[in-house]
Amino acid sequence: MRLRKSLVMLGYLLFVLVPIYWLVNMSFKSNREILGGLTLWPTAPTLDNYRVILTEPTWYMSYLNSLSYVSMNMLISLLVALPAAYAFSRYRFLGDKHMFFWLLTNRMAPPAVFLLPFFQLYSAVGLFDTPIAVALAHCLFNVPLAVWILEGFMSSVPKEIDETAYIDGYTFPKFFIRIFLPMIRPGIGVTAFFCFMFSWVELLLARTLTSVDAKPIVAQMTRTVSASGIDWGVLAAAGVVALLPGIAVIYFVRNHVAKGFALGRV
Amino acid sequence: MKTYNNKAWWLVLPVFVLVAFSAIIPMMTVVNYSVQDIFDPSTRYFVGTEWYREILADPRLHDSLVRQFIYSFCVLAIEVPLGIIVALSMPRRGLGVPFSLILLSLPLLVPWNVVGTIWQIIGREDIGLYGWTLNSLGLDYNYASNPRDAWITVLVMDVWHWTSLVALLCYSGLRSIPDVYYQAARIDRASHWAVFRFIQLPKLKNVLLIAVMLRFMDSFMIYTEPFVLTGGGPGTATTFLSQTLTQMALGQFDLGRAAAFSLIYFLIILLVTWVFYTAMTHNDDKG
Repeated sequence: MRLRKSLVMLGYLLFVLVPIYWLVNMSFKSNREILGGLTLWPTAPTLDNYRVILTEPTWYMSYLNSLSYVSMNMLISLLVALPAAYAFSRYRFLGDKHMFFWLLTNRMAPPAVFLLPFFQLYSAVGLFDTPIAVALAHCLFNVPLAVWILEGFMSSVPKEIDETAYIDGYTFPKFFIRIFLPMIRPGIGVTAFFCFMFSWVELLLARTLTSVDAKPIVAQMTRTVSASGIDWGVLAAAGVVALLPGIAVIYFVRNHVAKGFALGRV
Repeated sequence: MKTYNNKAWWLVLPVFVLVAFSAIIPMMTVVNYSVQDIFDPSTRYFVGTEWYREILADPRLHDSLVRQFIYSFCVLAIEVPLGIIVALSMPRRGLGVPFSLILLSLPLLVPWNVVGTIWQIIGREDIGLYGWTLNSLGLDYNYASNPRDAWITVLVMDVWHWTSLVALLCYSGLRSIPDVYYQAARIDRASHWAVFRFIQLPKLKNVLLIAVMLRFMDSFMIYTEPFVLTGGGPGTATTFLSQTLTQMALGQFDLGRAAAFSLIYFLIILLVTWVFYTAMTHNDDKG
């Protein structure tokens, strides 16, 4: 049984890693080698692709733009979702279930046609081409997800803890920050990872709401197409560099994920 | 039991305001588009429900809708069981835990257009590992010209990309099962299957519903990856619903018709998700 499990796991990880390896492999090749034939590893390894990304301002600035709106989005999503998730996990109120479902429906709008109204809305309020515009737009799908996940974690904390704290004379804000938040730290970590992930990889909204100053990395990647065709090597290198912040985030929350993504009533 | 208290609305208000800002105005704008014939911003005519009637009778919509349902069904049928199996096979302690967590989450972190690019290269029979291997095994594989191959490649790409999400959710669900349950099962000499069927699966039910809902919504709106990989071809074999919509909105600049289409699209997703959601909250009330 143990052996069979390890084999399944190894097999799946292999399935996951081969395309990733191919991406890394491509990032160290010149375009001529990529298109010239099948090579399992770079025969003439080159760092040129990475040099392009690290020295050209349009490339490294687009990384910084992405990082800035993704972290803003993470922060905003967590700040508003924490109290709301507490309300959903502890109280019943007028329209609570409808509200919860309405939040989820915001993940379901097919983007193609909604892009134009988004563009008009954010231009009208003067936020077009700023990181905060993308951060706010991404709240549309990240906030509902954050509420959903956090609500689960909060429901698994017994209600008696709240009551004891109030008897001990804690006010609500003090109790929430000093006692309650530390207890659901795993949930906050996991939520942060999911917000990061969905905001980092989103392309359509991020591209629509920015032009030059706040151009994100995902949009910059679509510009590797030039008259001479796609610059595969640079695109692959950009993809590899795009993995790194996410790896850092999952490394920080690893113990939290393993501790239990209780999702409440589970 | 939860207490009934309408003051809880104050806690939900920031979320409501924030989401409503980005949700309601664009939604109303789209509804507004959908009842007009728009030539340019100043020339537009009210046409009522004409677009809706036309869309519902459009064979292009029917074709891509059927294709979309088959695709989403396949995605769920493969990714959910596979995700559970992977989650059950994950190490429970030791150095393997962070190691496999990081490796598992790698596909989730690749920007979507790069996902398409990776599979575009790796599937080519001259320079890609998979395409080359399949062809040297004697299989005639070419995702660019054979509709069946293109379809399978898009599906495998989706499995590669998203099974990790299901696995991560299930893994953390499994971690929340107290050890005493397993001890009790051992005393009763329960088989592995019985442990899975009567302990793990019931505990996973809520996580699974979330995973199923997320995967359904996202696979039903899949756009970037097949667009980069196959461009919807060969022919229309991998032209899914959102691509038909984009062609209509941008390619033909038929804004009114596309708006009506996207509202119908939205309602279909809403309906299916509502069924999942009702099933989920129904169980809550009983438990």
